[in-house]
Amino acid sequence: MPEEEAARREAQGSGGAPDADAQLLDRLRQGDEDAFRELLREQGPFLMRLVMMHVPSRGVAEEVVADTWEAVLNGLDRFEGRSSLRTWIASIALNKARTRGKREGRIVPFALLRRRYEEGGGPAVDPDRFQGRRGERPGWWASPPVAWEEPERQLEAAETRDVMLRAIRDLPPRQREVITLRDLLGWESDEVCNALDLTETNQRVLLHRARSKVRAAVEEYLEPKAEEASR
Amino acid sequence: MSPRTNQMLTCREMVELVSDYLEGRLDDPDRERFEEHVAECDACTLYIEQMRMTIAALGHIPTETVSAEAERELLDAFRDWSSTRS
Repeated sequence: MPEEEAARREAQGSGGAPDADAQLLDRLRQGDEDAFRELLREQGPFLMRLVMMHVPSRGVAEEVVADTWEAVLNGLDRFEGRSSLRTWIASIALNKARTRGKREGRIVPFALLRRRYEEGGGPAVDPDRFQGRRGERPGWWASPPVAWEEPERQLEAAETRDVMLRAIRDLPPRQREVITLRDLLGWESDEVCNALDLTETNQRVLLHRARSKVRAAVEEYLEPKAEEASR
Repeated sequence: MSPRTNQMLTCREMVELVSDYLEGRLDDPDRERFEEHVAECDACTLYIEQMRMTIAALGHIPTETVSAEAERELLDAFRDWSSTRS
């Protein structure tokens, strides 16, 4: 990344207040246990969520998180604050989760398939759901989305949450990383670009694919129930 | 811009632009075309609404908890770390 670009990104702010980060860093470097406890409580739950989206089990996730903290401690003296503390910690965790995820076999076998999959090609919605060229209005919905029943309640239900989390876990890695940080953990796009070293446009394309697929998974889960209810 | 029917965005194009729209990344003419389509198309209005609701719901999923035991172990690691460097 060119220096100008890095400076620009940093000037835009990469999440978290830089002053608060600097203070916390000072205290950590002085061996202040309370500071470390604060950091753990602030970042711990988010790290677990982040890593759990990338590895097959909670046990493995706990190991990866522990490795991450070890690497954080070892790198603390060298950390220059060019990105926010949480962006830096997230990139360490993601690197470890990727390596571990690969070892645990979460990967699509064929290189070509994987590349296509990784680039997130393919439309957001199944093309069959739109009218063809001979349709009355080509390109408009042939089978439009159907309203979900009590969407607010259903979307907050544990079962629907599982459907959404499973859909995210099934995404290609880059899409999974972007949607986890943006939508599950509420990061801003510039922070995500920083942590994953993506351009803004790239980030948005990945997010778009990911969100479209998660919505489709929710749709598939909620629609049959709507039919049953009306029967 | 006055839209003729053949310039009108299709639903198929619309679903590819939702994220650019929600992220505020469409320039003015594109946003107008997008909103023109949505104003006329109930199905796309619903699609965008479902997308918004899905994103909001993802944000409400609680993060994982860290066990007290894990926290104790990490604090031990911190003590070791700070004792080896002073």
